Formats: sequence, C-alpha cells, structure tokens
Amino acid sequence: MSAGTLDTTLDEARIGVITFPGTLDDRDAARAVRLAGGEPVSLFHADGDLQGVDAVVLPGGFSYGDYLRAGAISRFAPAMDALVDAAKGGMPVLGICNGFQILTEAHLLPGSMIKNEHLHFVCREQVLAVENADTAWTHRYEAGQHITIPLKNQDGQFVADERTLDELEGEGRVAFRYVGWNPNGSRRDIAGITNAAGNVVGLMPHPEHAVEAGFGPDGPDGPRSGTDGLGFFTSVLASLVHA
Amino acid sequence: MGRVVVEVMPKPEILDPQGKAVVGALPRLGFTQFTGARQGKRFELEVEGDVTPEVLAAAREAAETLLSNPVIEDVVRVADASAEAAEVSA
Repeated sequence: MSAGTLDTTLDEARIGVITFPGTLDDRDAARAVRLAGGEPVSLFHADGDLQGVDAVVLPGGFSYGDYLRAGAISRFAPAMDALVDAAKGGMPVLGICNGFQILTEAHLLPGSMIKNEHLHFVCREQVLAVENADTAWTHRYEAGQHITIPLKNQDGQFVADERTLDELEGEGRVAFRYVGWNPNGSRRDIAGITNAAGNVVGLMPHPEHAVEAGFGPDGPDGPRSGTDGLGFFTSVLASLVHA
Repeated sequence: MGRVVVEVMPKPEILDPQGKAVVGALPRLGFTQFTGARQGKRFELEVEGDVTPEVLAAAREAAETLLSNPVIEDVVRVADASAEAAEVSA
C-alpha cells in the first residue's frame, strides 16, 4: 500500500503536538500532520486540557535539557497526566526520540533509553524494518518493509531486561528494527516498540523529517526525495477515519 | 536545616557507557590499577528542620518515583546527611 497522502478529506481529524521546554521538533511534527491531510493542534505541557484532539504526537528535542534522565521531568507535566489517561483509553499516541523517552518514563511503554554505546551523538539517514504493520501509526506500511528516515540522538540505546525483551518479541510489539547498522547499541536492534493495543508507539528515529520531497533523506527519486515517514501520519489519520 | 542524601546507580546488568569511558581514560593518567568504573548520581535534598523518619520516608518515595528509573537504575542509599558526616569523621 502507498504511504502517500490520503484521498479522503480529513478536516475533522485533529492531531495534538505537545511542546515541552526544550522541545525542538514540534513544528516539524505539526507540518507532517498537515502534509498527511490532518489538522495539527499545538498543545502546551503545562496545560492539562488536550482540547479534544483525536491523537497526540510527543515530538523530539531535549526537554528540560535531558536533566536527571531524558524525558524524566516532562513525564510529570499536567499535559502528560491527561495523555496517560487518554492513551489507556485507546487514543493513538506517537513518541518520537525524546517523545519516546517520555513515554517510557511515563510507563506507557516498557524499557528505557540510555546513552549511546559509543558515547557519540549520531545523526544519519537510517534504514529501518517495519516489524509490526498493524499499529495505529504503521498500518499503511507492509510488514517487513524497509524505510529510510533520519536518526539523531545521544541517549538512544534501548534497554530492557531479557524477560521484557522476550515478551516484546513474543507479542509482536517490536515495531521497528535497525537494518544494516545498529547505531546506538540498542538491545536486539530495536528502534521502536508498541503497546499491546497498538495505539501507543515510540521510536528513536524521526519520521516527521521525511515527509516532503526536497526536504527529506535521499530516496530512489534522487537526493532529498525520501518521504518514507509520511506513512506514520497517514496511518493514524486512516485509523481515526475508520474508528 | 537538614539534608538527605540519595544515591542512584545503574543496575549491575545494564551496561554503563559513561563508566566505560571513565575506565578507558584512567590508564592515560597512569591509573592502571582500576579495572572497572560505574558512574551513578548523588542527590542532596534539603529540608527545613531535622531529618525525621517521615522526611526519610518521603525522600525514599521521591527516590523511587522521580530520582531513579527502576528499569535501569537502583536506589542504593537514602540517608540523613548529618549521620553520614558522623560516619566519615568516625
């Protein structure tokens, strides 16, 4: 299935993007929502009202400067209290990079991220395999499909105990795996995971930076032509329409 | 004014990239006797008045909920700092 923009009019689908102090990629996430055909809604960490949005993106960045642990302080923001309740009620939530770290700190997803094994900040175009194409954020991909999106992080090494890792594998909850090179030492090459219901997904790489030709990674149609990240946003819009 | 010390360490089974970098740097300064290093965190929580059992209990709760992440870290110590000073001078 194509990961392109939906034909259906989706004026009613409103996707919130929460900004924390130190968030960097909120405007890129809002742009990705718009390019996929949805309406982005700016939400603020200090506001406990999610304004009736249909889904939420927790964008990347360095909220609170990664002080204490990446995502640890943001997790206690008023907007997160509302988000945790909404996510448990089935609302789609996507955590990207720092957003993924916040979701693990909030215990909506298992495991945690520690400093990259090689201690370097890494920034590259990363190939991923879509392992689970049944979640709210991935169902417009094919299982096993390879996508290329940017990756940029310092604390990106996904860790969990062996029992948790076995559970994630056994339940098909590994959503994305690094292909070709594991850029940060993540256990079992895990780049992203989902909760059991498939509405909460987190990953370290950045789909919102690969949504418009001319501004993404290199692709088959030439330099910067890659738009492999758009499928995340068309997936969630389609799942909202059919919900 | 009282002070509570909280110490948090990475779990033994979790690789500690920062500790690994530290142990890698030590021999360059001639410290060849150290074969391993693990890096943790120390917090000092201040309170008005004395460190009561209630204050220590609250510090323990803060240590478990905010100051550490039980997936990757252990709280190894929650103690009254004045008692700690006594230990050091003893």
